[in-house]
Amino acid sequence: MIEIENVRKSFGPLEVLKGIDLTVEKGEVLTVIGGSGSGKSTLLTCINGLEPIDTGRILVDGTHVHAKSTDINKLRCKIGIVFQQFNAFPHLTVLENVTLAPRKVKKMGRAEAEEIAIKQLNHVGLGEKRDVYPSRLSGGQQQRMAIARALAMSPDYMLFDEVTSALDPQLVGEVLDTLKMLADDGMTMILVTHEMSFARDVSDRVAFFHKGVMAEIGPPEQIFGDPQNEETRQFLSNVR
Amino acid sequence: MFDTALTTSDLMFLAKGAGMTLAITGVSVAVGTLLGIIFGVIRVQIGPIWSAPLTFILDIFRSVPLLIQLVLGNAFQAIVQFGWEPFTTSCVILSLYTAAYCTEIVRGAIDAVPPTTRRAARSLGLNWTQDMGYIVAPLAARIALPSWIGLTLGVLKDSSLVLWLGMIELLRASQILITRLQEPLFILMICGLIYFVLSFPIARLGGYLEKRWSPND
Ligand SMILES: Nc1ncnc2c1ncn2[C@@H]1O[C@H](COP(=O)(O)OP(=O)(O)OP(=O)(O)O)[C@@H](O)[C@H]1O
Ligand SMILES: [Mg+2]
Repeated sequence: MIEIENVRKSFGPLEVLKGIDLTVEKGEVLTVIGGSGSGKSTLLTCINGLEPIDTGRILVDGTHVHAKSTDINKLRCKIGIVFQQFNAFPHLTVLENVTLAPRKVKKMGRAEAEEIAIKQLNHVGLGEKRDVYPSRLSGGQQQRMAIARALAMSPDYMLFDEVTSALDPQLVGEVLDTLKMLADDGMTMILVTHEMSFARDVSDRVAFFHKGVMAEIGPPEQIFGDPQNEETRQFLSNVR
Repeated sequence: MFDTALTTSDLMFLAKGAGMTLAITGVSVAVGTLLGIIFGVIRVQIGPIWSAPLTFILDIFRSVPLLIQLVLGNAFQAIVQFGWEPFTTSCVILSLYTAAYCTEIVRGAIDAVPPTTRRAARSLGLNWTQDMGYIVAPLAARIALPSWIGLTLGVLKDSSLVLWLGMIELLRASQILITRLQEPLFILMICGLIYFVLSFPIARLGGYLEKRWSPND
């Protein structure tokens, strides 16, 4: 369970998160939508401790993400994150990209790590590409590799930040299919996306962010069908 | 073929000079690169403000002509009675000179590694050391390589300035032979050829590594 309690966060004078309260249950798929600069990415990077927070707290399975006593690297093994940029490690093959963290962080042997990696690569449809370098992959393939890389750590939670935004339109589908598959497998996910019909399809709940505030949250039928908040209504009418 | 008074023992004399050039360059580039990596990482880690004193000192080594550094350095070590051999003084000064340039190369190369790539590494649970070792070092090395090869070749040639401290390296050895034999063009040609022979493998090593690393980008 991810518990976000009254989290505030500023970059200099700019307050980006203005007191966020949010709980994500095990197995839940939460989609976060909202305009540019509303704080969606910042929230995700706070959840796995890549960014510090000013006040409030974030608990992952009861562990305080930002507490000094927390072994953040150990906690991050539980929380996979995939970003908008592909972020392949260009000097490593696809297989090495995926085995790096299991071997170095989890201290797995090569054979065991490769077995897991190959399973994950097959899962995202990249089994044949394991020995090529990322530069030989399409954007969609690189993004699926990034997903496999995160999954190879056997995380309990997956965070996705606009993973299809940098892709050519014809490549978006393959990545969304991968996300859908994960959701169907019961993975707990928070995903930031601008793909509204996809959000409607996979989400258990949808949260709308506006200027650092979570303006509305509810089941997709409510958010997309009958939004209560004026800002939500406006945002949705603009993206449609 | 050539009508020359140059004897085998003269050639040995040149070879010994070349050996000295190689020794000074080898030590200076090795120590200078190691220091450059340490200083470069420190500069990136603590930021421009806190590293300002370090940057200032290194800027001195980059901007004052090497000859002046060598002469002043030698005078300084005599005044404070370090009792250094000219070889030691030469290596110390050249190492710092190399380190000053190498620091800039390292800093630039680390900065050129995309922060998003590093963030992805950290998000997988890699700690700072692992991120530096498995992600930043290999990527920065690829970026730094051409400049570092250029620096090494430069130091090889600049090392001739240690002749001012009385060191008999390749250029000084040639000068001595020229004075004695009065065959400047021929001897300088041989001297230049030896410099080329010393430089060529370094340049080729650069080309080889660049090629080996390039399909991975
Ligand atoms: N590292 C940073 N330093 C300073 N300001 C930042 C930083 N990261 C984000 N910001 C600012 O914080 C605000 C919120 O950014 P964030 O990336 O969380 O928005 P977002 O909702 O993800 O937007 P988008 O849909 O464009 O990705 C923006 O105004 C952004 O400029
Ligand atoms: Mg964003």
